[in-house]
Amino acid sequence: MPTTSPGADSDVVGLGRGRAMAFVAPALVLVGVFLVFPAAWTIYLGLLDYSLSGSGAKAPTFVGLGNYVTALGDPAFTKSLYLTLLYVGFSAVVGQNVLGFLLAWFFRTTRPAIRNTLNVLVLLAWILPGSVVAFLWQALLDRRDGTLNALLGTTDMAWALDHPMAVIIIFNIWRGTAFSMLLYSAALNTVPRSHLEVARMAGARPWQQLRDVVLPTVKRHVLTNTLLITLWTFNDFSPYLLTGGGPDNESEILPVYIYKEAIIGGHLGYGSAISLLLLLANLVIAVVYIRLLRNGSDKEATA
Amino acid sequence: MRLSRRAVLLTSGTALSLVLSGCVGAKDNSTTADPKANADAKDVTLTISANDVVGGKNAAEAAWITDSVIPGFVAAQKAKGVTAKVTFNGSGVEDEQYKTKLELNLKTGSGADVFAADGIWLGELASAGYVQPLDTVVGDTAKKWDGWTQISKAVQQNLTFKDQLYGIPNGTDGRVLYFNKTLFAKAGLPTDWQPKSWADILSAGQALKKLSGVTPIQINAGVPMGEATTAQGFLPLLAGTGQPLYDDSGAKWQGATAGVKDVLGFYTSIYGGGLGDPKVQQDKAGRDQSFADFSKDKIGILAEGDYFWRSVICPSTTDCATTAMPKRNDVVGWAKIPAMAPGKGVNGQDFVSVSGGAGWMLNPKTKYPQQAWELMAWMSSAQMQTALSKAQIRISARADVNAQTLTDDPLLSFISKEVLPITTYRPSDEKYNEVSLAIQEATAAVVSGKSPDEAAATYQSALQKAVGADHVSGS
Repeated sequence: MPTTSPGADSDVVGLGRGRAMAFVAPALVLVGVFLVFPAAWTIYLGLLDYSLSGSGAKAPTFVGLGNYVTALGDPAFTKSLYLTLLYVGFSAVVGQNVLGFLLAWFFRTTRPAIRNTLNVLVLLAWILPGSVVAFLWQALLDRRDGTLNALLGTTDMAWALDHPMAVIIIFNIWRGTAFSMLLYSAALNTVPRSHLEVARMAGARPWQQLRDVVLPTVKRHVLTNTLLITLWTFNDFSPYLLTGGGPDNESEILPVYIYKEAIIGGHLGYGSAISLLLLLANLVIAVVYIRLLRNGSDKEATA
Repeated sequence: MRLSRRAVLLTSGTALSLVLSGCVGAKDNSTTADPKANADAKDVTLTISANDVVGGKNAAEAAWITDSVIPGFVAAQKAKGVTAKVTFNGSGVEDEQYKTKLELNLKTGSGADVFAADGIWLGELASAGYVQPLDTVVGDTAKKWDGWTQISKAVQQNLTFKDQLYGIPNGTDGRVLYFNKTLFAKAGLPTDWQPKSWADILSAGQALKKLSGVTPIQINAGVPMGEATTAQGFLPLLAGTGQPLYDDSGAKWQGATAGVKDVLGFYTSIYGGGLGDPKVQQDKAGRDQSFADFSKDKIGILAEGDYFWRSVICPSTTDCATTAMPKRNDVVGWAKIPAMAPGKGVNGQDFVSVSGGAGWMLNPKTKYPQQAWELMAWMSSAQMQTALSKAQIRISARADVNAQTLTDDPLLSFISKEVLPITTYRPSDEKYNEVSLAIQEATAAVVSGKSPDEAAATYQSALQKAVGADHVSGS
């Protein structure tokens, strides 16, 4: 990989080192105060048995890596991690991605009126406040007088209790597809019409056009989109509003687990430790995607 | 080169945060409140907070605060030439959420001057330094208050931690089994029902099961119901097996003992045997659902505290809204909670119950400790407590008020005569709430179909994690 050595060549704007530093300093200060410091603070709290109430609030003691050892040995944590992976995998990586792409693909050629109506409907799910949406879904899924039971003619089906993971996965697909759809709509516009024409003239079926012309062009968009929605979904707390992590922890994804441990249980130190583990998981995901993106661009450059 | 610079930055950032972080926790110890602060102020601003809200949860108490307490206090201060401005900051949420909000407020040095808190939270709040004994915050004035003679030692105990009073109790309560007489009559059961053992409860449940659209028994379980699971369900049952949850002398909590397994087994026979509706116990709004179901004649037997009688199914629709039962006094019966078998309860009792009590506490950071205390004492005066009992009958902390008011209410006089003498109290240990959470998880497990042994084993390890293995009995 080529590296640029610091010197006159890299100073294309001609600011000089001092002035360049002055320009970036405010941004660095903000990053330091609002990102680096809280992260370091989280690391520190994670080493204590700090709690919201009780004697652990007054005089927390240093427990070293105790919190991490407890977390990794706790079946509730590993189960929560597993549920999070399920949630992210099915609702974001597969669900939002595929549905968003399909909506963008099939409606790109329809009349503007239909496309705009669809856009509004999908966007509504995205822009409504979380608490409002949670209330709507509770009304939809309610066991006694729920809309879904009325529509299906079922009685006494407690959807959120009987199928908690399916409910929050479908909920998140519904909620988040708008972003992927918008991003893919924009991405599909970048596919040169001439390429598609050529493919069609060569007798490519729609599926082949999609695979051989469209997907290679929008590959980077797919990666970027997947990275963003993966991270968002990983940190998503809204399932709590639907299922509360229940029943019997069956839908307790990591952010909910952290909330229950840190805020309800009052174990702030332990909560910080798990938060850091969540942060590390996010970093790993980000690094993997960025590697993939970079590989892709290198190949394009050499091709 | 680059990497090492990054490493330097990261290390120095971490180091900086470590230096700055010496302040976690220890900050509020040095600033002991000065009881005499602003004692002669002419302009006083005070805030009251409680988990009550006008037109919602505990509406009667909220109305009592805004319509009686505050105007009365402001008038009394005005007579002394003091302009008092008192605001009520109400909430209408689950108790656990109220508690979290309260703790966060106190932690950051904010929060109301006078606030309502459950006695079982005191151990945690006091150990954290969030509240201080009345002696420290108010001083002599509190000691000399004439109301103390009216409040029994047992009730004062609810707001006592390590032999120091932290507030004024506002009452106590007791748990019973409520049953629907209409449904009992239909099922051929006596309407003056009094079970003598757990088996009697189950056999009544079997009879009720024959009625369609009726859930025979609902005993609180699961995590969403929070403390109601522990206080209304698990603990009265555990008291019925002979041993209390916490053994004071040995400082040991009951782990997976035979008693705990019996209780979990009883839950299994209800929820696994089709006598109870497990989904109500799993639902986030399950307790409200159980209230609604009972008020609509859809639940046969429900274990609840007297709160249920006075605040949920009261005949008045303005106070109890959709769960009001206009014919409550004719339809609803009550019975003492039996031990597992006669004589098997704690102290060899035939019947058991669990009591607790909340009260008013002072924020040690209040700017006006003396005036806040005056407000609290005014709220607990015979005059104000009588007014509260008129708005909504309850067992007051004050004997003089109870003597006048309870005679009007059959259930509350039953509780004060028959239940309070045999009741048990929850430990005030700072770990109690964590133990309670482990109990809720264990009941949640059996309700969703796990075996009592499996749930007891998980409970045992959760308990060991919470309080340390040497404070847990059982295997």
